[in-house]
Amino acid sequence: MSFDTVIFIISALVAVFGATMMIVQRNPVASVLYLILSLVAQAVCYVQLSAVFMGAILIVVYAGAILVLFLFVIMLLNLRGTEELGESPNAVGRFTKYLVAILLTIELVFIVKTATIPAAVTGIMNEAVDEFGSVSQVAKLMFTDFLYVFELTGVLLLVAVVGAVVLAKTERNESHSLAQDEEGADLRESAGK
Amino acid sequence: MLEVIIIGSIKVIAVVSVLMGGCAYATYLERKLVAFMQHRIGPLYAGPWGLLQPIADSVKLMFKEDVVPDKVERVAFTLAPMLGFIPALLVFAVVPFSSNFTMFGYEIKGVISDLNIGVLFVFAIVSLGAYGLILAGWSSGSKYSLLGGIRGTAQMVSYELSYGLSIVGVIIIGSTLSMTELVEQQSSILDWYIWKQPLGFLLYITCAVAETNRCPFDMPEAEGELVAGYHTEYSSMRFATFFVSEYAYMIAVSAVATTLFFGGWQGPLLPPIVWFCIKVFAFMVLYIWLRATLPRFRYDQLMGFGWKVLFPLAIINTMATGFWVIWMDGIN
Repeated sequence: MSFDTVIFIISALVAVFGATMMIVQRNPVASVLYLILSLVAQAVCYVQLSAVFMGAILIVVYAGAILVLFLFVIMLLNLRGTEELGESPNAVGRFTKYLVAILLTIELVFIVKTATIPAAVTGIMNEAVDEFGSVSQVAKLMFTDFLYVFELTGVLLLVAVVGAVVLAKTERNESHSLAQDEEGADLRESAGK
Repeated sequence: MLEVIIIGSIKVIAVVSVLMGGCAYATYLERKLVAFMQHRIGPLYAGPWGLLQPIADSVKLMFKEDVVPDKVERVAFTLAPMLGFIPALLVFAVVPFSSNFTMFGYEIKGVISDLNIGVLFVFAIVSLGAYGLILAGWSSGSKYSLLGGIRGTAQMVSYELSYGLSIVGVIIIGSTLSMTELVEQQSSILDWYIWKQPLGFLLYITCAVAETNRCPFDMPEAEGELVAGYHTEYSSMRFATFFVSEYAYMIAVSAVATTLFFGGWQGPLLPPIVWFCIKVFAFMVLYIWLRATLPRFRYDQLMGFGWKVLFPLAIINTMATGFWVIWMDGIN
């Protein structure tokens, strides 16, 4: 067993463990922490597949920014674990829960068993150059073959940003708070709790 | 294989020890320098010129009672200091501190790991630094801590953008993400990237101060309003871990600034590692000087400054650099 395999097995186990624990936890902060653990392990997997750029971006964007915001929101709502989350209300709800879980598992096993990698993908994998997955390779593809998709994603994000600004602005006008800005309002709110 | 592991381990141990010593004596430097700027004497009694003060401090902190308040979330409370501390150390994995040298017949690289995405690695690690702060603020179960944590997180997430964008100019000109190659490109003082990216450097150093939560951006621990901010409820070695990680972060961003803008270990006459230490030391002095000079920002000013001044400037700098590089390519 080579060194690479050992690293892959460890990081894959950690990733699955983190993801499982994330679902099982009652405390939302613990869930977020396990998700971070899982993401870091996934980043290691990406690096193993020589998709270095993907690994780095996974950490920068998801672990470094989005999950920080998750924690931020959890802190602002001051969720402290079990009391907010009750058991499923009745037997029907519980039955549906397990039924859906079993069906999804069967479906997943079926898909994994019957899946074949299409010829086009294996072709790309065979042609993959040494630099495959490096920053310059990703950038070249992004700015040549997939330029329109890339630009459209940019437009989508812009729309999201504009939407967020509009939402935040209306809220401020309605509440007529003395806050200088949204952060100030948030702080005052949480200070009152 | 075994050789690689042994040499790597020795390098890691050496770098971490030097870093820990550096952190301890950075506190001494700060106290002495601020004292000098305020016409005081500073630490004096422990050893000659108070030189043993950091050791006395750390021994004192170790023997203090470790108080854990009743209302804390225990796991997060314990994890937070470590999560704050580890990223600060990890940054040094990719910072080249010397040129390649030969020792005991082995050719040794002057960097722990010569990653080809070194700069991205630094971004990734620095962006993880917010967790220590946010978890400490949340888990303490105290209003001051929570406010400190919220402020700190908002501040770090906001300034992270400009922090990342400020380095993009250097990457465009150097057209590499490897820290080692970036240092090799700056072989003479005229090749330093600060001359090609003056705005980028100013943005970097401003955001770096904000990222490390140092004065004038030390909102998360503003003692006038928040007692001690996110680490109010911490005592003994847990507090010391936060304290040390702040200094480790300062040294880390100084080392990255040295590498990206000031030619890293390059320099005449003296050995490379000495040049590296001198440059990092100069940045530390700048940090402390800022702290002794500037008053603290108000919170809304801080956010406004980050989003309305630094961020647009960083984008303009990136675009201008891009146009400039293309234009120069067209001429040649």
